[in-house]
Amino acid sequence: MSSEWTIFLNFINMAVLASTPLLLATLGEILTEKSGNLNLGVEGMMFMGAIASLGAAYYYEKAVLGLGGTPSPVMATLVAVAAAAAAGGLGALIYAFLVVTLRANQNVTGLTLTIFGTGFANFFGELIGKQAGGFVQVSAPTKAMFGIINFGALSDIPVLGSLLFRYNWMVYFGLVVMLAMAFFLNRSRSGLNLRAVGENPATADAAGVNVTRYKYVATITGGALCGLGGMFISMSSTACAGVWVHNSVNGYGWLAVALVIFATWNPSRAWLCGLVFGGLLVVRNYYPIPGLPMQIYAMFPYIATILVLVFASIRQIKEHAQPASCGMNYFREER
Amino acid sequence: MIHQEPFVRVVKRTAISKRKVMLFRLIALAGALLAGALLVALLGYDPIQMYSDMVSGALGNSLLAVNRKGVLAFSTSSQATLKIATLLLVTALGLTMAFKMRFWNIGGEGQILVGAISCSYIAIHYGEVWPQWLLLLVMFVVSCIGGGLYGLLPALFKARWGTNETLFTLMLNYIAIHFITYLQYQPTWQIPGTTFPKIRDFAASTRLPMVLGVHVGWIIALLLAVLVYLYFAKTKQGYEVSVVGESANTARYAGMNVSRIILRTMFISGAICGFAGFMQVSGADGSLTTDTASGAGFTSITVAWLSGMNPLLMIIYSIFIAILARGAGRIQTTMGIPKSAADMLIGIILFFMLGVEFFINYRLIFRAGRRGEEAKAV
Repeated sequence: MSSEWTIFLNFINMAVLASTPLLLATLGEILTEKSGNLNLGVEGMMFMGAIASLGAAYYYEKAVLGLGGTPSPVMATLVAVAAAAAAGGLGALIYAFLVVTLRANQNVTGLTLTIFGTGFANFFGELIGKQAGGFVQVSAPTKAMFGIINFGALSDIPVLGSLLFRYNWMVYFGLVVMLAMAFFLNRSRSGLNLRAVGENPATADAAGVNVTRYKYVATITGGALCGLGGMFISMSSTACAGVWVHNSVNGYGWLAVALVIFATWNPSRAWLCGLVFGGLLVVRNYYPIPGLPMQIYAMFPYIATILVLVFASIRQIKEHAQPASCGMNYFREER
Repeated sequence: MIHQEPFVRVVKRTAISKRKVMLFRLIALAGALLAGALLVALLGYDPIQMYSDMVSGALGNSLLAVNRKGVLAFSTSSQATLKIATLLLVTALGLTMAFKMRFWNIGGEGQILVGAISCSYIAIHYGEVWPQWLLLLVMFVVSCIGGGLYGLLPALFKARWGTNETLFTLMLNYIAIHFITYLQYQPTWQIPGTTFPKIRDFAASTRLPMVLGVHVGWIIALLLAVLVYLYFAKTKQGYEVSVVGESANTARYAGMNVSRIILRTMFISGAICGFAGFMQVSGADGSLTTDTASGAGFTSITVAWLSGMNPLLMIIYSIFIAILARGAGRIQTTMGIPKSAADMLIGIILFFMLGVEFFINYRLIFRAGRRGEEAKAV
């Protein structure tokens, strides 16, 4: 295989990896917005999931070692997944309580969640790191669980093997979540109810749908997905890979909020758009543009986001547009 | 029938006294500080020591003192706090311009940085050439124009096509930060003869003069707070901003040019943030780094929101948040509590403040209230 091919395949691999946290968070936010809640706290929930998964895996290993056993990497992974989902869900619960029950402004509550989540993660990241004597780190076998899966002969198939079988489990997990959510939203009764809640809560309420419950469940589940997206960053990304890095999420959550618009609230498009953005995030490492400084190249994902926002607003894609009640709270008494 | 009545009903308040609102907010603030204390206590630290260390770390033993040179000045600790408060106050005033209009400018960070970059260009290239008065004047003007244009850009698209301003302004933050990284690699910006990616320090002639040991920006910030207050309370432009914020349609029916108001206000909003960047590099830091804004664009959102967009209350809240931020640095050294605790605490305070609004706007009537005890309800 020529070296250009190798570079291209490596680029695709890295793009898919970089797209996965974006995909999970975007799917989480799509679910949230389908219930009419515009949660700008994605970044915060990703941060919470990132530190919770790392901290939980670390403490699990420490506890087992303390008892004289050998920590199982599978258990450590399960603990990390549960903690990431719980932490993201907790952030979303705070948000849902404030906007659904206490009717707070959605924009400000979401921004606050981002400020809180960022502080929460950096605080505990440093605190656990201090107790661990420097920095938090999980054991090598656990790190391997979040590394690339060994598919044996499958990975050696020319081109196809490199394209499809050189990822960690979360990449495939993201695909499953995407398919499940597409099915849920478009083919299930509850999905229909949820969309009704997001489009017109008063009508849904009159039809006997429990608006409050749908909003809570969708928002918390969405938060859990964002938490899992955060877990990818702390456990699987090359920058962290099982070590806590200060400010590690660094804008991924905001890109996900933008991707929801780009994907027009459609899970399968979220996957495609996520891939494009994953590519934009890593392309400078594979295809340097002569004369273009790296630091300017690094602006591309953000410039692309702006272009997408402008494009989406000019075209005003009505048919697939934002759920009608998104951003507004529903008060039954003030119907 | 009585059994079908819900356990608790929510009723909108018709009127509530200002004193009661104040009381509710104070209770919420106390609740937030208590929640923070509880969290710290659970982690095995002494919360009382934490808060007292924070305050003493941020303010020192005395606020003002005669220093070694025999000059009256703020104490060393309070100088740092005042610098943070100045940055927060000016940025919050800038953001408030936009927030009053319901334009979610969360690009304060980027506007600060572009203001800082613009005036740094002057400082780096003409620092040793021009006289101080000219330097400071030009730096002031370009920082306002730079920040203003950076705020105008998303407003143009918002006014024309309704482009989502929250994400637009936010993405501009990242672009500004990357641009500073780019400048750090430019030989003309580095210390001559070195290749280390760092922008060189400013010449003394580009620094703002000091008053009581802190750059004069803190006095300007106080004046600006009064100006912004008057802008909203007394001027036609300020009134127009509020009307557009309440309802763009109402503004249109009243014959206001909504697009023009959005553009004008966002330029001013960005310009004030840009000015904050000028004060930071010329007054506080004397250099331009990727940490110049250090999250002030976000923290100031908190200041603006906590004070209910009231410019005069912002003075108090910016000092309060600055004490938290500065005090967090102290507890990191004295107690080993990471200083990110400040961000978390600010988040908790805002959560409580957002929550208490509900109890200010609504009251709960419990089922028992049927028996003529409605007065007992919260």
